Amino acid sequence: MSEAVRVSDLTKTYPARRGGARVVAVKDVSFELAKGESLGLVGESGSGKTTLTRLLVGLARPDAGTIVIDGRTREGRERGRAARLRRAKEVQMVFQDPYGSLDRRMSVEAALRDVLRRHLPDPAKDTVRARISELMDHVGLSEKHLGSRPHELSGGQRQRVAIAKALAVDPAVLVLDEAVSALDVSVQAQILALLNRIRAETGVSLVFVTHDLAVVNEVTGQILVMYKGEAVERGVTAEVLRRPRHPYTDMLLSSAPGPNWQPERVAELRAAFAGTP
Amino acid sequence: MTIDGISARTAAAPLAGRRRRSPWTFRVCIAILGVAVAAAVFAPLVAPYEPDATDFSAIWLPPGPGHWLGTDQLGRDILSRVIHGARPSLLGAIALLAFATVLGVLIGVVAAWRRGWVDTVLARITDVMFAFPGLLFVVLVIAVFDRGPATAVIGMGLAFAPLIAKFTRAIALEELARPYVDAYRLQGVGGVQLIARYLLPNLMPTLVGYLVVLFGEGLMSLASLNFLGFGAQPPSSEWGLMVQEGRAGVIQGVLGPALIPGLTIAVVVVATNVVGVRLSDKLAVRT
Repeated sequence: MSEAVRVSDLTKTYPARRGGARVVAVKDVSFELAKGESLGLVGESGSGKTTLTRLLVGLARPDAGTIVIDGRTREGRERGRAARLRRAKEVQMVFQDPYGSLDRRMSVEAALRDVLRRHLPDPAKDTVRARISELMDHVGLSEKHLGSRPHELSGGQRQRVAIAKALAVDPAVLVLDEAVSALDVSVQAQILALLNRIRAETGVSLVFVTHDLAVVNEVTGQILVMYKGEAVERGVTAEVLRRPRHPYTDMLLSSAPGPNWQPERVAELRAAFAGTP
Repeated sequence: MTIDGISARTAAAPLAGRRRRSPWTFRVCIAILGVAVAAAVFAPLVAPYEPDATDFSAIWLPPGPGHWLGTDQLGRDILSRVIHGARPSLLGAIALLAFATVLGVLIGVVAAWRRGWVDTVLARITDVMFAFPGLLFVVLVIAVFDRGPATAVIGMGLAFAPLIAKFTRAIALEELARPYVDAYRLQGVGGVQLIARYLLPNLMPTLVGYLVVLFGEGLMSLASLNFLGFGAQPPSSEWGLMVQEGRAGVIQGVLGPALIPGLTIAVVVVATNVVGVRLSDKLAVRT
């Protein structure tokens, strides 16, 4: 069994606001992700990426469709501590906002210890300490940051801490929702390299959500392009980026600034797309 | 004017703003509160007389060397009574606030956490409680139970709880929207633990400043209750009650017995307000 994630026909609709139509955020999306592989989830704002990730980690409940993670179907109604901890072991998430995703009261060490006490099978003092330094090493933070509180850290450092916290649970799948979008380019590159190394070392599967195609190419083997809640294209990242089959992917690619970038052409394509839904 | 001059001026502006809220008022107010608390704790040691020792040869004395703040209609030393009165006055306000905080924070946090119909129902209940003026509400409670310090505290606490509930709900909603809360949920932290261990401590800094301001208001409300005779009973020297007993002197032109405890209440309330406002600024959340 080499599948980490299998999602089939996932649909989520949000009820209508007064006077508006129902919003179909995700519609019939299916994909698989092999163990230790990485999937890029690409699309513009409003394409349903965030809803899909929230469904995937269990922060929202799908209207239809099933999610199988690590060989087990995720049910909506599961109560009790054991079920919660098991679900936590299946999937963890790193959030977009590096400023709000850490508890501001807790130092890095306290935050990691808090997670480990909950999730280590043998939460003895020594094993916790050893695991903490291992995690800090994984995410490339030095021991001197252990005593720091979130407001003393930079955006990149906070995101490293968030990754360390997620890894502390030892999940089968790690979902990163625009995790590097708020960081500047050089820090982005460091974090991406870090993620590649972590994937190689720990064998965790990555789901990488982003609107930045350059970033997708850097870390993911597979790609899923979302448009208006539907998955319009799926395949090996390098191939899709080289020869996009769906016009929307083509448009996304031409939107990215590059050597032959023409803003007027992008605007034209975009207008054409808005006309033919 | 040079560009340097302009930038220097704009740079100095926020500094000037900070200066205006200069800390000396804050320090004076802290000192006042310190004195009030010390008076409550060490009352028997610092008070020159027993608070209810009567002396009919010295009735309605003006302030003088023997009695620094004068005496009342029974010849009791006003300074001693004010010092001893700090105990019931401050303790009453603390008890009132503690009761209201437990109730209000519970309602507010549950409303913010559960949302939906729970939130709606709790909001309606607090609205109904808001509709009654605080004093009227207390009179209702006292009509059902009996008059006495405990009833006054509980009644006033019930009147204060909706305020705290509303405030707590607002800040809890904001806090629950932060991604770290979702991160805890994904780690498998249960609802009760999430609230008690992670949410409440994060609300505390904002809440404490608000509660200190409310403390002043609570002290005032309790004093007015006691003035009306619903709370503490003679011979207690609770400040509100002292004002009430001192009224007899006002008619005869002796202001001291009513004025001095009244001023004490005012000074302590103003001091807690200043301290509370400054505290909520200082404790403002750092992200």
